[in-house]
Amino acid sequence: MISKPKSLWSRLVRDRFLYLLIAPGVIYFIIFKIIPLGGLIISFEDYSPYRGFLHSQWIGLSNYIRFFSNKDFLLLLRNTLVISFLNLIFYFPIPIILSLLLNELRNQRFKRILQSIVYLPHFLSWVIVVGICYILFSQSNGIINQIIMAFGHNKIDFLQNPHIFWGMLVGQNIWKESGYGTIIFLAAISGIDPQQYEAAIIDGASRIKQMWYVTLPGIRGTIITLLILRIGSIMNVGFEQVFLMMNGAVSEVADVFETYVYRVGVQNGQFSYTTAVGFFKSIVGLVLILFSNYIARRFGEEGVY
Amino acid sequence: MKESKNDRIFGIFNIILLVIAALIIILPFYYVVIISFTDPTEYLAKQGFVFFLNKPSLASYKYLLSTSTFKRATSVNIFITIIGTMLSLIVTAAFAYGLSRKRLVGRRVLQFIVLITLIFDPGIIPNYLVVRNLKLIDNIWSLIIPTLTSGWYIILMKNFFDSMPTELEEAALIDGCTDAGVFFKIILPLSAAALSAFGLFFAVGYWNTFFKAILYINSPEKWPLQVLLQNMLIDSVTSEAGQEGGEMPPAETIKMAAVIISTLPILFVYPFLQKNFTKGILIGSVKG
Repeated sequence: MISKPKSLWSRLVRDRFLYLLIAPGVIYFIIFKIIPLGGLIISFEDYSPYRGFLHSQWIGLSNYIRFFSNKDFLLLLRNTLVISFLNLIFYFPIPIILSLLLNELRNQRFKRILQSIVYLPHFLSWVIVVGICYILFSQSNGIINQIIMAFGHNKIDFLQNPHIFWGMLVGQNIWKESGYGTIIFLAAISGIDPQQYEAAIIDGASRIKQMWYVTLPGIRGTIITLLILRIGSIMNVGFEQVFLMMNGAVSEVADVFETYVYRVGVQNGQFSYTTAVGFFKSIVGLVLILFSNYIARRFGEEGVY
Repeated sequence: MKESKNDRIFGIFNIILLVIAALIIILPFYYVVIISFTDPTEYLAKQGFVFFLNKPSLASYKYLLSTSTFKRATSVNIFITIIGTMLSLIVTAAFAYGLSRKRLVGRRVLQFIVLITLIFDPGIIPNYLVVRNLKLIDNIWSLIIPTLTSGWYIILMKNFFDSMPTELEEAALIDGCTDAGVFFKIILPLSAAALSAFGLFFAVGYWNTFFKAILYINSPEKWPLQVLLQNMLIDSVTSEAGQEGGEMPPAETIKMAAVIISTLPILFVYPFLQKNFTKGILIGSVKG
């Protein structure tokens, strides 16, 4: 074994190569992760870039009061919660169902091909996904509307209709992420003891019954953990998708915290105010994550942190 | 064991459902591919009702690849993907390796900081102001440096280094090898497969860079592909392409050619990505 020098200094000298290795990472974390935390101070200031955040005027909670008394606040909160819950209700079960179905395939080659297909959209950018959606659903010359017309119906304005907007978001999310979402459930399914199936077969259980009484309970823990984690990230709607799908006609139902911060903060330069908006969102997110992890542990599942 | 009749029906029903699911994913792609290769005159004549290729044409691709905007955006993408992936791998692997050595002073503090960044994100503006104060706004490096590494990748990679037997290092050190020698001659060669897997995930991330670009880049000539695509596909700006003379194919076929070209690199690495899903699974399922 290597002898252990006692003093801190000699340990630092001995391990100098390790410190050299971590130096870029440490510098990165200080600049891009720690300093922004300090930057939250400007949410209590009337920040002016010329004075810097050390010398800008301190205005206490004014930015927060302004935000909470603004009608935008309730709108953003509603849109965030609605989009998240719609995803929870309509998107969340799909990967579970899909993995149950994939698991029932007897032909392994066919199963692998299907898996390759359904995993793929996850790796496409939101720009591509929303772009394809625009191509297909466009009112002027999208193929979907062409088909609707061919059947003698009127065109539907999919992309500028506030009533359809949330549905489009959830639909895109299902299309993009359902396949990739099956991976974790398929992994859980493969961990189920085969003896349980043998016992079920001896009891004369049909394949549907095996799915219902063996497979599904077998992945119950995974489902609960993921469900709780999703609830923990309810404040995160995904900036890129909403930003790309947003247009003047749907902004009432589309605007969420991030798009608001981007527009009012980055584009209009109201840094202090939007830092307060972002801070509020992050705090709620943090509480939800810690809470959901606590609940996950209470359920006897491993928390993530 | 012979299957019962009900089970056979279930099996067929199951296959039908899955084929429908696969078609829902494939058909949009199929249509985009077909249209991108459709002859401009045929596309216009049939109003987009083209589901099979009669006479394939490369007109849209030729046009797109002749435009300076598309070429420029592609070169921005290639630059940030290659340089970004290399830098991300170096910084992440070095940091994660350091964290995985138990004798490192301050290891727990660093781990705690990494963990904090995972559960608390101060938001868009504080990050934006840091990049601004570094004078990186409208600088192509702003597409790489602000996301050089992340807590997720560091933790995953640290777990990987933790899983390597410590005897390797101990034996080498006893034989008189230095720390640097252990890292470069033993650890890195043994980690090549894992590192290339991480590299692929970094590369896809850089290739798909969009958010950083709309935050930090103002000049159109520094746009990466995703921002150009957003302009073409969603804001429908296709004519700006800047080619003098010559017949311009319909906007729709150009758009679809743009989708295909910018997706090709992803399709190309996809088989390798797929092999490494299990390593990426934590990232995808928990972060996403």
